[in-house]
Amino acid sequence: MSEDRQLGGDEVARPQHVGEEDAGARQAVLQADRTGDAEGRVVPDPDAGRWHDALRRVTQGSWAVSVGAVVLAVLAGSVLIAVTDEAVQEASGYFFSRPSDTLAAVGSAVGSAYAALFRGAVWNFQADDLAGAIRPLMNSLNFATPLIGAGLGVALAFRAGLFNIGGRGQMLVAAAAAGWVGFGMELPVVLHLLVAMAAGIAAGAVWAGIAGLLKAATGAHEVITTIMLNYIAFYLVSWMLATPGLLQAPGSSNPKTPPMQDTAVLPDLFGPRYNVHWGLVFALVAVAFVWWLLNRSRLGFTFRAVGENPAAARVAGIDVPRTTVSVMLVAGGLLGLAGATQVLGTVTTGFSSDIDAGIGFDAITVALLGRSSPIGVLFAAILFGAFKAGGSVMQASENVPIEIVVVVQSLIVLFIAAPPLVRAVFRLPQPGERPARKPRSRSKQKEVAA
Amino acid sequence: MTTATATPSSASVSEDLRHVTVVSRKSALVLTVVTALMALLLLLSPREGDVQYRMGAEGDALRLPDVALPGMTVAWVCVAIAAVLAAVAWLQVRAERTLSFAVPMVFAVVLLVAFLSWAGAGSPQDFPVSRIIGGAVLLSVPILFGALGGVIGERAGVVNIAIEGQLLLGAFAAAITASLTDSPIAGLLAAVTAGMLVALVLGLFTITYKVDQVIVGVVLNVLVIGLTSFFYSEVLVPNAERLNETDRFAPVAIPLLSEIPVLGPALFRQSVLVYLAYVTVPAVWFALYRTRWGLRLRAVGEHPKAADTVGIKVLRTRYRALLIAGGIVGVGGAFYTVVSVSSFGKEMTAGAGFIALAAVIFGKWDPLRAALAALLFGFASNLDDMLSLVGAPVPSQFMLMLPYVVTLFAVAGLVGKSRAPAADGVPYIKE
Amino acid sequence: MTLELRGITKRFGTLVANDHISLTIEPGQIHCLLGENGAGKSTLMNVLYGLYTADEGEVLLDGVPQRFRGPGDAMAAGIGMVHQHFMLIPVFTVAENVMLGHEQTLSGGRLDLDAARERVREIAARFGFHVDPDALVEDLPVGVQQRVEIIKALSRDAKVLVFDEPTAVLTPQETDELMGIMQQLKASGAAIVFITHKLREVRAVADRITVVRRGRVVGEADPDSTDAELAALMVGRAVELTVQKEPPRIADALLEVSGLEVRDAKGAVLVDDVSFTVRGGEVLVVAGVQGNGQTELTEALVGLQHTVSGSIRLDGTELVGRSVRQVLDAGVGFVPEDRSTDGLVGAFSVAENLMLDRTDGPPFVRRGVLQLDELERFAAAAIEEFDIRTQGTTEPVGRLSGGNQQKVVVARELSKDLRLLVAAQPTRGVDVGSIEFIHKRIIATRDAGVPVVVVSTELDEAVALGDRILVMYRGRIVGVVPADTPRDVLGLMMAGISPEESAA
Repeated sequence: MSEDRQLGGDEVARPQHVGEEDAGARQAVLQADRTGDAEGRVVPDPDAGRWHDALRRVTQGSWAVSVGAVVLAVLAGSVLIAVTDEAVQEASGYFFSRPSDTLAAVGSAVGSAYAALFRGAVWNFQADDLAGAIRPLMNSLNFATPLIGAGLGVALAFRAGLFNIGGRGQMLVAAAAAGWVGFGMELPVVLHLLVAMAAGIAAGAVWAGIAGLLKAATGAHEVITTIMLNYIAFYLVSWMLATPGLLQAPGSSNPKTPPMQDTAVLPDLFGPRYNVHWGLVFALVAVAFVWWLLNRSRLGFTFRAVGENPAAARVAGIDVPRTTVSVMLVAGGLLGLAGATQVLGTVTTGFSSDIDAGIGFDAITVALLGRSSPIGVLFAAILFGAFKAGGSVMQASENVPIEIVVVVQSLIVLFIAAPPLVRAVFRLPQPGERPARKPRSRSKQKEVAA
Repeated sequence: MTTATATPSSASVSEDLRHVTVVSRKSALVLTVVTALMALLLLLSPREGDVQYRMGAEGDALRLPDVALPGMTVAWVCVAIAAVLAAVAWLQVRAERTLSFAVPMVFAVVLLVAFLSWAGAGSPQDFPVSRIIGGAVLLSVPILFGALGGVIGERAGVVNIAIEGQLLLGAFAAAITASLTDSPIAGLLAAVTAGMLVALVLGLFTITYKVDQVIVGVVLNVLVIGLTSFFYSEVLVPNAERLNETDRFAPVAIPLLSEIPVLGPALFRQSVLVYLAYVTVPAVWFALYRTRWGLRLRAVGEHPKAADTVGIKVLRTRYRALLIAGGIVGVGGAFYTVVSVSSFGKEMTAGAGFIALAAVIFGKWDPLRAALAALLFGFASNLDDMLSLVGAPVPSQFMLMLPYVVTLFAVAGLVGKSRAPAADGVPYIKE
Repeated sequence: MTLELRGITKRFGTLVANDHISLTIEPGQIHCLLGENGAGKSTLMNVLYGLYTADEGEVLLDGVPQRFRGPGDAMAAGIGMVHQHFMLIPVFTVAENVMLGHEQTLSGGRLDLDAARERVREIAARFGFHVDPDALVEDLPVGVQQRVEIIKALSRDAKVLVFDEPTAVLTPQETDELMGIMQQLKASGAAIVFITHKLREVRAVADRITVVRRGRVVGEADPDSTDAELAALMVGRAVELTVQKEPPRIADALLEVSGLEVRDAKGAVLVDDVSFTVRGGEVLVVAGVQGNGQTELTEALVGLQHTVSGSIRLDGTELVGRSVRQVLDAGVGFVPEDRSTDGLVGAFSVAENLMLDRTDGPPFVRRGVLQLDELERFAAAAIEEFDIRTQGTTEPVGRLSGGNQQKVVVARELSKDLRLLVAAQPTRGVDVGSIEFIHKRIIATRDAGVPVVVVSTELDEAVALGDRILVMYRGRIVGVVPADTPRDVLGLMMAGISPEESAA
């Protein structure tokens, strides 16, 4: 490597009496690429490149930063819990006469909140038997189930350079389709479930496919279109839920579906004592599938090529617009899987338009925390599932609003997105040779060249 | 979009080159399709009877007579006009000229009238025209401020997806402050501060740490939703009377102007925030195109390095633009808690920030056009109320969906060719 | 004003771009900074202009040390720069560009555009050329844009003017006009730094010449020095560029291009009625100054351009209207001009890049599944055969040096069953050893009976590699001539003068 980095060597010396233009500049760009880029990559196409570059930086940073980000975010959450705690507020009223009271109150508030979180997410030390003690863990897995599929959907799109913010819409449409098959059709056992799942996956795929198609055909940015499609899906499903004969339960005036038929319900995975259902298996299969897709299949190869350098992909004969549509179809299918397991596994008694439960947006944070790798997404989803499971216990027993989980989640992602910040806090070394320097990205390298 | 550092013009375009004009057909195509869809609706679902438009309001000095017209006829006339506009668009394509912004705008208004006339046909209720327009103007206020802030940010090269978060935090801050002080003006100022606070965080991550602007924007939205919901449950709900009950800005009638028939009550018997919007739109336009600040801001958004080489501080310019934009968006946030209703509710902005973002694009990054787009979207939001008033045959969900569908059409081509600032979304990194 | 640079050192990571460079530039002189591409000239000037901070050394104006924290400081001190890549805002008018950064305002904070227009006219008049202050910069030809850059610098009363590779994008005629302007500036007492690597220009205007090589000053040269002396100083050793090749043995294969026209999205005709044929076993070099339609021509050949009319027939099969995939499948190998943008995926491994355009079927893909073992074998063989210096098949290609990256591209394209090879700037930014290797492989491909089209902006390469040379100017063919055509004729053709006139 060091030899390769010895630049300004032979490449520079060449006769060039006529050769015009900025060959030198390009050369310098390449040199700067190699000397400057911390990851040592040649940065692709300038236009799409900068975007992919930034994306890559967020999605493929170091694991130490991820852990640091989680720690920082949890600390920030503690501050929120502390300042809104009544005992803390009371004690801080006489902080200067007896600061220890305040600190004790802070400790107690934060400690009991996180204890509740742990009790709700991992291990219930108040339970009588083992089965009860691991129930929280099962709850966490249950919450993680849709997050896995949804996170995969967002992560896959990231890998292809697309930002799928449309998780909510894709899940809603999928839930509607899967639910409609689930309660409305009469089919034999197993087959019914499979058809319902397939319907959900297909619906999610189609909904995301619209955004893909719009991007491929007109260049409409997927960030905008998927956001719009979220709202369109929401109102569409709301309407269907309020319309008898579509999704509304017969004889009811509530915007809610009838319960799923037993033949379409995902069976419990570990028996009736736990609410973990076969959706988890589907999600795990999806993890394996996405890993295979990305690393072993032609399609995944083209996804990654387009994501890393669309210009080179196009020159190599890869149909970029078609790939865009394919990516969105698969991504939407994965979110559809999440939506389908919601209605066929988690909420089988009939659902309303809040069935997505914010998972579509959580999926973005899951994908970012998981560095857009299938395995990373799996672990990130379990972590966030644990937050959710623990958060509700925290809310019930300690009166800490569950939104604290949303705050912590978004802070995690913000911190991950800014590695220099986390590195500065934890004094982590910068990847590459030089310590503690701001990451250099493409535009600077061009300046170096100029 | 091109790169920040691209040479201003490729060396190959020169006076010696032949030139063939190319025009996008997308706009014409979209206009045609939409017209056809409207015609189809009229054909498949004809409605009998007159549609009534109430032109005056109680207490008008000058009161115009109300109008009752056969709804279907009006609708068909409008469709015909729409068809003509579509034809104009096609002629422009053939004449190799780009479509002016006015055509889609007029088209949208005409179709709206067609739709209203169809929906209101045969209804015993009449459409209060003043209230429709006035309501639309009022509803467009947060979108408009959001869009203006978006325009400023993007013109300086920072994509702001966090408009929604700025609106929400603005609403939240305004609610608490106005409740505590019993002063809506204090609430307004707090909202401005809140908008700037979000902008500061956005700037910190995107300008200083060069994190992808879309990611930060999305995450900031989630963060603000989380924070405001957390504090709402934890603090506002238990202390609702003290912290979440504001005095609102009362509507103020402007003498003389408010007496203009139809439009007067609609436009000039409004809340202070609406008048502020009337002032802000031209002010932003002037600042962007006629002042040193605007020239530098646009330079930084187009070609930051060029700006740097003439001694303009790129990062500082972007921060400043973002903060001002954040303040403007904050004003829009105040709308929710000191104009519209008098208390904060969880996620009460309900996606207005995203509509504002769409208005920025629909308005081609121009303050005047973005404001018009915001008005149009406000109109669409208002339609829902209007149609339930006349008992229209269209489910309310579809009305609520309309702004988003329109936006989808818009980004897919109704806007025609539009050019974002060249360095929009690109972090500027120098040694 | 006298400008002095003392011991300037600038490092980028491990690369020392400037190594203790010292220079003195006197008023009323044109001081040429001569050096190869990548010798560190531009870096030095960016240090001078406050864009980079030097690691060591200082800048003095009339003996007073300066501290520039940004270009603003440099400009205030009287240094102006005409950048290689124009620092103009394309969507602004000339007047707006000129006033940017030192705007005058009227009451109410309004910009004083009239004053700016007047300033543009006044400075333009001083040098006897006309520029419309209200024209949008993006609508102006390159040469005029450059004048806007000069006006911009002069409008701030620059006493020291730096021209950074100003002629790279100019036609010979525009270059001569620029030289005239520089002489005028000199006569008015300005100190001028002229950065270039073109010997002819140096000898035409220089009062003093400083030669820079690999970041160091290697000496001063007399303006009367011969080309050979200057070149030797600049390059450091004599490098000969010759390619061993036999006379062409014409084979049956045939590429026929007729009436080809390529337009860009705005409708500019970039390739205008181009017709030529290349037969199997010969190399046709498309020569010309950068940006005269060569890039678009090659992209059209491969199916990368959208608005193409005319005909491209390969062995009788029409290629116009085909997708890139179909063109590649027809047996076309393509070495794109900019490998890091168009040729490689930097984050992908060497092996993955070797299959980048072969994803549609065997040997590397079967039933949609990657054949990683097959790929591994192929990659190992290609690394061997093409002498790609890498740590292994899995090393990200972005970590390789430019020459080795290019060899990856060449290996990929030449490993296919070729019926046509299109290579655009195949040796740009490549070390000498790799250049020779790549040239050899291209000739081997020709000798295998494949028609070869090579685009090169370098006359040496064109002459060495080509059997025939096609010169393009402003999208049109100036002429197709044998490779042994005298160089001065080729040079004139590159300026748009037909071979008949050139020879006359």
